[in-house]
Amino acid sequence: MSLLAVHRLTMHYTTKMGEVHAVDAVSFAIEPGEAIGLVGESGCGKTSIALALLRLLPDNARFLGGEVLFEGVDLTRIPEEKMRKIRGRGISMIFQAAMNSLNPVYRVGDQIIEAIQTHLPIGSKEARRRVAELYELVGLAPELMDRYPHEYSGGMKQRAVIAMALACEPKLIIADEPTTALDVIVQDRILRRIDGVRRRLNMAMMYISHDIAVIAEVSQRIGVMYAGCLVECADTLTIFKRPAHPYTTALMSAFPSIKGEKRKLQALPGEPPNLLRPPSGCRFHPRCPYATETCVRQVPDYQEIEPGHFLACWHPQGRGS
Amino acid sequence: MPALLDLLNVTKLFLLKRQAFSLRGHRFVHAVDGVSFSLEPREIFGLVGESGCGKTTTGKLIVKLYEPTSGRIFLDGQDITQIRRGPALRQFRRSVQMIFQDPYESLNPRFTVFDAVAEPLLIHGVRALSEREARVAEILAQVGLTPPETFLFRFPHELSGGQRQRVAIARAMVIHPKCVVADEPTSMLDVSVRAGVMDLLLGLRQELGVSYLYITHDLAVARYMSDRLAVMYLGKIVELGPTEEVIQSPQHPYTQALLAAVPVPDPTYQRPSPAIKGDVVAPVNPPLQCRFLSRCPRAEEVCRDSPHPPLADLGSGHLVACYLARR
Amino acid sequence: MVAPSALKREPLWRIRLRLWTRSLQKNWALFWESRIGPIGLGIILFFVLLMIAHPILMATVWDPRVYDPVVGFDRDLLGRHPAPPSWAHPLGTDPIGRDVLSQLMWSTRSAFALGVTSALITVIIGTVIGAVCAYFGGIVDTIFMRLADLVMLFPFIALLMVLRSVIHLDLWRLALVMGILSGFGGITIILKAQALTVKVKPYIEAAKVAGGSAFHIIRHHIIPNIMPLAFLYMMFNVTGAVFTEAVLSYFGLLDIRMSWGIMIHTAESAGYLGAFSQYWWLWAPPGAAITLLCFAFYLVGRGLDTVVNPRLRKR
Repeated sequence: MSLLAVHRLTMHYTTKMGEVHAVDAVSFAIEPGEAIGLVGESGCGKTSIALALLRLLPDNARFLGGEVLFEGVDLTRIPEEKMRKIRGRGISMIFQAAMNSLNPVYRVGDQIIEAIQTHLPIGSKEARRRVAELYELVGLAPELMDRYPHEYSGGMKQRAVIAMALACEPKLIIADEPTTALDVIVQDRILRRIDGVRRRLNMAMMYISHDIAVIAEVSQRIGVMYAGCLVECADTLTIFKRPAHPYTTALMSAFPSIKGEKRKLQALPGEPPNLLRPPSGCRFHPRCPYATETCVRQVPDYQEIEPGHFLACWHPQGRGS
Repeated sequence: MPALLDLLNVTKLFLLKRQAFSLRGHRFVHAVDGVSFSLEPREIFGLVGESGCGKTTTGKLIVKLYEPTSGRIFLDGQDITQIRRGPALRQFRRSVQMIFQDPYESLNPRFTVFDAVAEPLLIHGVRALSEREARVAEILAQVGLTPPETFLFRFPHELSGGQRQRVAIARAMVIHPKCVVADEPTSMLDVSVRAGVMDLLLGLRQELGVSYLYITHDLAVARYMSDRLAVMYLGKIVELGPTEEVIQSPQHPYTQALLAAVPVPDPTYQRPSPAIKGDVVAPVNPPLQCRFLSRCPRAEEVCRDSPHPPLADLGSGHLVACYLARR
Repeated sequence: MVAPSALKREPLWRIRLRLWTRSLQKNWALFWESRIGPIGLGIILFFVLLMIAHPILMATVWDPRVYDPVVGFDRDLLGRHPAPPSWAHPLGTDPIGRDVLSQLMWSTRSAFALGVTSALITVIIGTVIGAVCAYFGGIVDTIFMRLADLVMLFPFIALLMVLRSVIHLDLWRLALVMGILSGFGGITIILKAQALTVKVKPYIEAAKVAGGSAFHIIRHHIIPNIMPLAFLYMMFNVTGAVFTEAVLSYFGLLDIRMSWGIMIHTAESAGYLGAFSQYWWLWAPPGAAITLLCFAFYLVGRGLDTVVNPRLRKR
């Protein structure tokens, strides 16, 4: 059984200016110990999905359908008290700009201890020991437990937040752009740490980012999101070597690289759409070089075009229409 | 042919507020420390480094938002550090412009696109309204905001990030400067939009004959955009040379570590671990030895006993500030 | 090169006017949504009507010899002033025989004149000094900030008493004095703080790089961006001005001929405030007017708050 199985999750935000169609019939699955990457631009819905999984959406969010099965239990239907038990323990999250989520008036170690004691019936001494262990795991000196957040650097704060997310040994960690604000050398260290920890504890991970290079390095499977829809999902190698969705191909050619031949970047015309009034049919059609009438009129089905490779497109590339 | 822009041993120190009655004396942040390089006409010169390395400060020194603590900056052979006010300053401002990182915050929210792009024209004496309108429309078309009439009277909040940045580029280019400092112009844009803006900048270099100092932390972007590249660390340039050469055969340990740390969008490529230890330090009252000493995995006796290594030419314009690389 | 004829469209001033009206409509909609703003505005409108109605009544229904607010006198009720409300005098008469309603309506004009003038002076001074201090910093900033501290520390009423002994402190002079003193006081600090948030924005750097002089930047970038806040505080300043005048008049410190404060002062100095509820028409109408007008401007200010500060709007 998959650790997490999301089936046609749909969600809107209600705003003064109308309904924002943030997430549209998204389906995917994460196996135990698997690392899946969710890549897409700002506003594509990747953060909304993460918040939806943990039921941490703001008040103006409306859940419109679908199910989220965590170890077989539908998280969309259980009461809040049960959900609270799962947050942090079953599924944990590292938020975007998480370094700002440390409370500046408490010692960092104490904040992690609090996180542990909320879920596990452990005494303070044992909790402290655990935190020391976690610090070692993420590469922080144990003495830093008794320091305050302002005494940490950006990279150190990020590691502390990761330690907090790991504190109760969750089965699944959702990391939302955990290294975006960091310099590249610190980012490298943290990514290696996270990967090492994940393998050691056999944790599943959902890694969310707009940076396709980072996603390529940390994920075993990749889901590509555009304008609230999951347009393609496959293992990393397939996504890079045999991408089928025009957006996936476009995304890849939009990133310059330091390796390989220096080639001309393919600029995608237009901008990501306004989700108050999303395009009809396939949401990518205004920017797609292969769009036809069908693309404008009908939403493409999300299908498994080959084992493990899912796609929502009327004209898959490299396969003929 | 003389260089368009010449920096000679430019240093910028910022005073750290010291504690009152402290006997320890003044502490300075060496944001830019003895930096020298030149920018040729029609060249794109990339300046890369991590946060705090001094690249943005260098950019601001060139556009005279800051004045150097010491050193000289020459524009077309003229020492601009001596210019303080008056027509000489005005003439300078016509020649050197800047594009900022944040596309929203660099446009006044109360100005229409026309107001924003026409402002430099107004400041530099283009009184005739019709001429201003014509030139603004022309430059808007050149930056890809067509048809220009539909954009003239929009406000920044009605535009997307990519469009706003194009407006900022138009504003910088409208008075046909010789040199433009671009400070991370695409880092706050959506990924699918970045390529368009980068290609626009490359295109404008051809059309308008302008040079860029392209500041970025992203080495892949620097590789794509620049002809020559300089790597900065703690206020100093540690390596400088033709971009492909610096990227493909880096000589300075820091450059090597930096390149090794960049994620590569190729799942078949096994990236080695960057050879570097320790964490970034602030460039406050730095020691006299090589700035990279505390983090260098290959430091030797000579590094500990000598002052910070000067930039040495390895041939073909590839300079490195490292005693070990010179051997 | 795009030919100028290709840009055939409406003249620039017309476009700017249209944009301005559009933004005005948008701001009005936001103001309306705040609910308390329009209530305040309604009350102010009511007072404006009172103000307009007075000369009309004086020209038509009311006999100036009887109903003039300053020199009128009702002979018919001789010996019974202050007379309680009646058909002839809906709010009664004051101790020296003048119609209270007439006085009330007439004083509305001076309240508005004083309040708005004083607030306008305050805001103009505060805006310019705040912007200049924020932009230049250094010694300019220090001088004005220390001046502001001095002004705020100074006992305002004492100053006015001294001033009154030197000059004739009528309505306009009072407005000027209050305006200047407030202008150099707290509002400068608030507007300077706001100007500082503008000064550090990249578009200010961009304007400098484009070659803008200090004057250009302050005039075109900083001041327009602090004006909404200045306008907002102007409302609160009107409140302060009206109330201050009322208090000063009550203590007899001013040389104004007629205002709501003077009405209460007249009643007090004639000894009628001791029997509180018996001569209620002498103090309740002016008191209510002062309170209501101040409250109205305060509500408008709070309504404007939601326009100026997006975070206060209902989501």
